Amino acid sequence: MITNARLTHLKQLEAESIHILREVAAEFRNPVMMYSVGKDSSVMLHLAMKAFAPAKPPFKFLHVDTLWKFHEMIEFRDQRAKDLGFDLVVHSNPEGVEMGISPFVHGSKVHTDIMKTQGLKQALDAGGYDAVIGGARRDEEKSRAKERIFSFRDKYHRWDPKNQRPELWNIYNTAIQKGESVRVFPISNWTELDVWQYIYLESIQIPSLYFAKERSVVEYEGTKIVVDDERMPEELKKTAKNEMVRFRTLGCYPLTGAIKSTATTLPEIIKEMLLSTSSEREGRLIDKDQEGAMELKKIEGYF
Amino acid sequence: MLGINNIEEYLKAHENKDMLRFLTCGSVDDGKSTLIGRMLYDSKMIFDDQLSAAESESKKYGTTGEKIDMALLVDGLQSEREQGITIDVAYRFFATQNRKFIIADTPGHEQYTRNMVTGASTADVAIVLIDARKGILTQTKRHSFIVNLLGIEHVVVAINKMDLVDFSEDTYNKIKQSYDHLADQLGIKNRYYIPLSALDGDNVVDKSIKTPWYDGKPLLGLLDSMDISKEIKAENFRFPVQYVNRPNLDFRGFCGTISSGSVQVGDEITVLPSGKTTKVKSIINAGDTTEANRNTTTNYAYAPMAITITTEDEVDISRGDMIVHTKNLPKVSNSLKVMLVWMDEKPMNIGRTYDIKRATSVITGSFEHINYKIDVNSYERTQVDTLELNDISSCKMLLTRPIAADSYKENKETGSFIVVDRISNNTVGAGMIVGVTKRDEDKTLSNHREYTKAETALNQYIRDNFPEWDCKEV
Repeated sequence: MITNARLTHLKQLEAESIHILREVAAEFRNPVMMYSVGKDSSVMLHLAMKAFAPAKPPFKFLHVDTLWKFHEMIEFRDQRAKDLGFDLVVHSNPEGVEMGISPFVHGSKVHTDIMKTQGLKQALDAGGYDAVIGGARRDEEKSRAKERIFSFRDKYHRWDPKNQRPELWNIYNTAIQKGESVRVFPISNWTELDVWQYIYLESIQIPSLYFAKERSVVEYEGTKIVVDDERMPEELKKTAKNEMVRFRTLGCYPLTGAIKSTATTLPEIIKEMLLSTSSEREGRLIDKDQEGAMELKKIEGYF
Repeated sequence: MLGINNIEEYLKAHENKDMLRFLTCGSVDDGKSTLIGRMLYDSKMIFDDQLSAAESESKKYGTTGEKIDMALLVDGLQSEREQGITIDVAYRFFATQNRKFIIADTPGHEQYTRNMVTGASTADVAIVLIDARKGILTQTKRHSFIVNLLGIEHVVVAINKMDLVDFSEDTYNKIKQSYDHLADQLGIKNRYYIPLSALDGDNVVDKSIKTPWYDGKPLLGLLDSMDISKEIKAENFRFPVQYVNRPNLDFRGFCGTISSGSVQVGDEITVLPSGKTTKVKSIINAGDTTEANRNTTTNYAYAPMAITITTEDEVDISRGDMIVHTKNLPKVSNSLKVMLVWMDEKPMNIGRTYDIKRATSVITGSFEHINYKIDVNSYERTQVDTLELNDISSCKMLLTRPIAADSYKENKETGSFIVVDRISNNTVGAGMIVGVTKRDEDKTLSNHREYTKAETALNQYIRDNFPEWDCKEV
């Protein structure tokens, strides 16, 4: 039999991601998948469930909770873990908790470093994971475009952009020494549009923060942020007003800018995205701290 | 953007998009980053904030004076931006109505052959950039050699900077002619020529009015419509076993990605290198499973689907094995003729033990002999005893265990491998199987019995006269 059948681009991407996930499960002793509750994590979880069906994914899911996430993200996370029965590990940096780190007081740089980067390193060291699966995509940011799918990290979790292993075909070098690890990015080749289309096509559950709703927002450091709890400083909270907004990415609520939107369905979100003139990360305050900010954070061990 | 007003229809159309991966090869000043920046910008993949970042950086590092330096949109790492050159492979994305594109953007510098080979390994199409003022240079020969070595079947020759030669048809034709000669020499069959100016966008997205003599498509239109489908030959089914899924005693599935061909429930299969045979009992296409139904099965699957197979009999199958159709067996050998690209600062030494990762198997092996080294600029062959960084050579590779070996020409997925240093763990080489070395060709399935001449003749007689018996060839 001779056919010319080709898989659609989404089916090709899906198959590639599943191949990568299986490679991790087969080659590493103790892998973990980062689960950050956002849309990319939702897609990753969905792919992991497919890759090992009818069995469950043979690895844990790790959420580094900075304690400043939208409350809805936490509820959504726990509900998904319950429904799908995956093995969820949650870690918050105890030192940061003790210091009472707040993005409002200490700023985004200190907060992200202590609660996110340091918290992640602690969780990875504690778990002794040799492969950490993340949902980063190459279209997100310039320094990500050069990242390998299997990205080597030394024992201090550092990335060396000038000394990356060549990565050819779909053959991934998984060899490491004890104490070293690999970050694996199965959806490297997906774009934001691919992710949304796949969510739509596969009816993947995502937090409702992605959909427009009347929310109480304030202007903060050039973006709109939502009043998610009582920890927001009083003088800021006083300026709050209700607006139809939604989020293009999810993170810590004081650091995640909302956008004005009326999109309440997936097709509407996709339409809005297609017509948008600003990139997904524009709403993220942490990337703007300095030029080449992401590259520096990655070298230090941020995802 | 077209058709966006009816978003449901738009989404439906885009569900059926195809994907094309291409590689851009050019030298430092060929305008490669500018071309990519132009394609991303014109296909609306560059957002306002990225553009304004590039604008502010143009003032700092830019080389284009008043115009926005498109190259800054794509030159990633800070260190590269300061040096003004791209030093590593970067992947970029854009989409049209018909296709999603993945660009492997690779550096053109001589010492970075390694990166170009990396980018070429996953590409369906290569764009070779030629500066219209300079014509075919040494690097053009080098790029074309690597493109051909890595088995890329479609080459787009982008004759750039046409604005600097007054869009001269004569210049274009001269370059076309000499490239045709080069391509013939190498054996590149499908080639396409386009006169363009990446800086001003001529013939990139839209057809330029400055080249009325050119009757072909602009670059984007060409990439969008090019036929890259390959015939899926069902008889060449290759399935490297990636992972054994055994959640409980009732289920034992073999997971993997189909490298080539297709498979159906009931097919007779052989596990290599052991040679054990069984039948396909069920197939799960991972892509078909849903949260609600995690047991969905299918009767038929083809490359490059990620599937799970269960078998009729309990045969010993593990990661690294290759499942193939019993009626179509590849050669099995531990001695292979290969093309090897060396990618490490530390030279390759004959006889040293390396880990060879091919598809899902990792086997130790060594290079016993270097047949010749080939100069990527002059295509000259020389005898050497060791390989340095960026050297390309023909070698004899000896593995400690036999593998099912397809040639890279026939099957990219099962004919390619990487070489891993056992001490540094670095990827130090990339290789392509040319064939099984003659001396060892007969050492096929190790546990096969030897047949007498009479038995072989009888087998031949039965197959010739009673084809309906489906007799296996011995």
